[in-house]
Amino acid sequence: MIWLTWRQLRTGAVTVAAALAALAAVLALTGPGLAHDYSAAIAACTEPGGACSAVARFFDHNQMAWLAVTAVVLVVPALIGAFWGAPLVSRELEAGTHRLVWSQSVTRTRWLAVKLGVTGLLAMSAAGLCSLAVTWWAGSLDRSGNMARIEPLSFAARGIVPAAYALFAVALGATAGLLIRRPLPAMAVTLVLFAAAQIAMPILVRPHLLTPARSTVAMTEAEVTNFTFGPDHVLRVGASAAPRGAWLLSSHAVDPSGKRVNPITITAASGPCAAPGRPAPAAEGPPAATGPEGDPLVTGCLAELQRLGYRVESTYHPASRFWALQWFEAGTYTAAALGLAGVCFWRIRRVPS
Amino acid sequence: MIEFHLDGRSGVSPYLQLVRQVRHALRLGLLREGDQLPTVKEVVAALAINPNTVLKAYRELEHEGLVAARPGVGTFATATLADTSLAAHGPLRQELQRWLAKARRAGLDDESIEALFTTTFRTGAQADIA
Amino acid sequence: MTAVVRTEGLGKRYGRVWALSDCTLDIPAGRVVGLVGPNGAGKTTLLNLAVGMLTPTSGTIEVLGGRPGASPAQLAKVGYVAQSAPSYAGLSVEDHLQLGARLNPGWDDTLARGRIRRLGLDLSHRAGKLSGGQRAQLALTLGVAKRPELLILDEPVASLDPLARREFLQDLMEAVAEQGLSVVLSSHLVSDLERVCDYLIVLVASQVQVAGDIEDLMSTHHRLTGPRRDPARLPGDQRVISASHTDRQSTFLVRTDAPILDPSWNVGHVGLEDLVLAYMGHTTADPPAGPTERPKLEVQR
Repeated sequence: MIWLTWRQLRTGAVTVAAALAALAAVLALTGPGLAHDYSAAIAACTEPGGACSAVARFFDHNQMAWLAVTAVVLVVPALIGAFWGAPLVSRELEAGTHRLVWSQSVTRTRWLAVKLGVTGLLAMSAAGLCSLAVTWWAGSLDRSGNMARIEPLSFAARGIVPAAYALFAVALGATAGLLIRRPLPAMAVTLVLFAAAQIAMPILVRPHLLTPARSTVAMTEAEVTNFTFGPDHVLRVGASAAPRGAWLLSSHAVDPSGKRVNPITITAASGPCAAPGRPAPAAEGPPAATGPEGDPLVTGCLAELQRLGYRVESTYHPASRFWALQWFEAGTYTAAALGLAGVCFWRIRRVPS
Repeated sequence: MIEFHLDGRSGVSPYLQLVRQVRHALRLGLLREGDQLPTVKEVVAALAINPNTVLKAYRELEHEGLVAARPGVGTFATATLADTSLAAHGPLRQELQRWLAKARRAGLDDESIEALFTTTFRTGAQADIA
Repeated sequence: MTAVVRTEGLGKRYGRVWALSDCTLDIPAGRVVGLVGPNGAGKTTLLNLAVGMLTPTSGTIEVLGGRPGASPAQLAKVGYVAQSAPSYAGLSVEDHLQLGARLNPGWDDTLARGRIRRLGLDLSHRAGKLSGGQRAQLALTLGVAKRPELLILDEPVASLDPLARREFLQDLMEAVAEQGLSVVLSSHLVSDLERVCDYLIVLVASQVQVAGDIEDLMSTHHRLTGPRRDPARLPGDQRVISASHTDRQSTFLVRTDAPILDPSWNVGHVGLEDLVLAYMGHTTADPPAGPTERPKLEVQR
């Protein structure tokens, strides 16, 4: 049965292997150069009197490549689910070959178990290898860019979760194929549902896989996101603090009792935040309203807010939690895959021919 | 080795057709004592008929004493009908020849002779049954 | 003799439609069974139940003493060639033989390869490129080479040209002679069945109309022609299958075990095709007129 599954999957597997080999070649050729450039830039920056412009520009310089490899890792599980998972059962049902293979001396359950198992393992290997190669290659970019590795877009394209996504996609495809019984509609449904799951996960589930960390910091100019003078002589201030490299879930200003205040309002008619000479109907304050460093109005106003006890509270997952979240998420997707497989096993016994 | 054929339209059941063909072959000397009949497998592979039909025909022939089955080897003819057919009925043959000459002198053509023979033969057969 | 297929009140329902209902059969071993009936009568449903592709809605079915499809051992005993002989279009003939060898413990590779060689099939050809007749032969090879005790074929020759049809039946009969197989095959071509089958089942409108050894059926069915008569006035032990009347004459097709004693009838032989047609036209709507309602004819000396 393993031979038959392999024989049916052979063309698809060879195609994927060839594509992965090509990707690996490209990564292998460019990876060392990239790492070298980065360490050179770091070295140039850390030596006394050195220029750090290369470091600052490093990510932007390679942004296209970073997006490309990230996109590849995101897309691989979806394609595997659609092209390997969806036809797994549905193509046999459509062509009638299930009547041939289920009358050989192998039960439906064993047939399905081997097919799902072998395809799932191959899918996990393909997506896993792809992801690990890209994780290695993009290490320096992940460290130097604005997007932290633990943030949703990167998180889904690094480490071990793509392997779990691929396993889930195969199970999803197989279930869709078994219920819909025709390959093309099953492929479409698989892609749609997989995309929906991938979008829903970081919004609904991942934040709660571990208890998020909470911290409260003083409000300095770096934390101010919004500084607007309204027509009613009221200043509205918004703030957000994002620890470096973390995945920020939410952040806002809090008053001394810890209650969320968004935005902080303080009179601008008088006091440290008064704004003499500014036109009454001021425009909405873009971040530029935080003013250049050293604007005495801003500094004074912020000092007053601090004195009043306003601080900035953040809920986030720190960068150190990257691997913990990876394992929990992989576990969640694997459990979902096993659940879907269970549905398949239950339903396969009831397929009328 | 003889070859069988089946006439699906003759109204005669397949196994009987096989029996008659063996008897006919024996009569004509196409099948001699000790010759092997085609195996069941060969017959069904040629004719696409049920093996039980062939088995039934061979059993009938065995019952009539014309063939004998040797397990593991095949079915073999054990007698011929050639002797009992033509030569032994010399007098009958001569009488028939004389009658035919008479019928021709009376002016009957071949078809009429055949029709006369067939109807007389059939009514005679029915009279035997009744 | 053990039964190869035994069913008791077997039925299968899809939604509200009964594809097969109240089917009770006892098919003895060593037969070539012909399953005849119009399209939609339930032939494929019955065969699928026997193979384990479907599970019954009501009643029971037992094949070679076991539940169909229950275990690899049970599956190994039954070979199946489905309608239109499905095969993997992308796999070669050699691949199909490998499939058979690896998935069947009882696989006879010499037999399979010998057949393929005799058929002249190229091992490297993809199954999708074979003709209909060749695909049917490949499917038959797969069914026969696993050395089953029972072979089930669903309309195996329906879409084949006459030559391919004859060759298929020749090969099938050869396998039966060689391996002592029991066969159940469905068809709507009675002429093929006459050569090949020795047991007949007629299935019409999801119900079994008649089932039995063909020899038996031939000797118990008669065509009666004679002066016009009401079928209800026929003796009770003669079951009327079909009746047709003109103003002066009646023709009945009856089934009876007893001899026909009434001298006013001209008793004739019924061919297999006519018998099947009579049953196919005979629905359960025709009153069967049970034996108690009509007096039996007695001989008085």
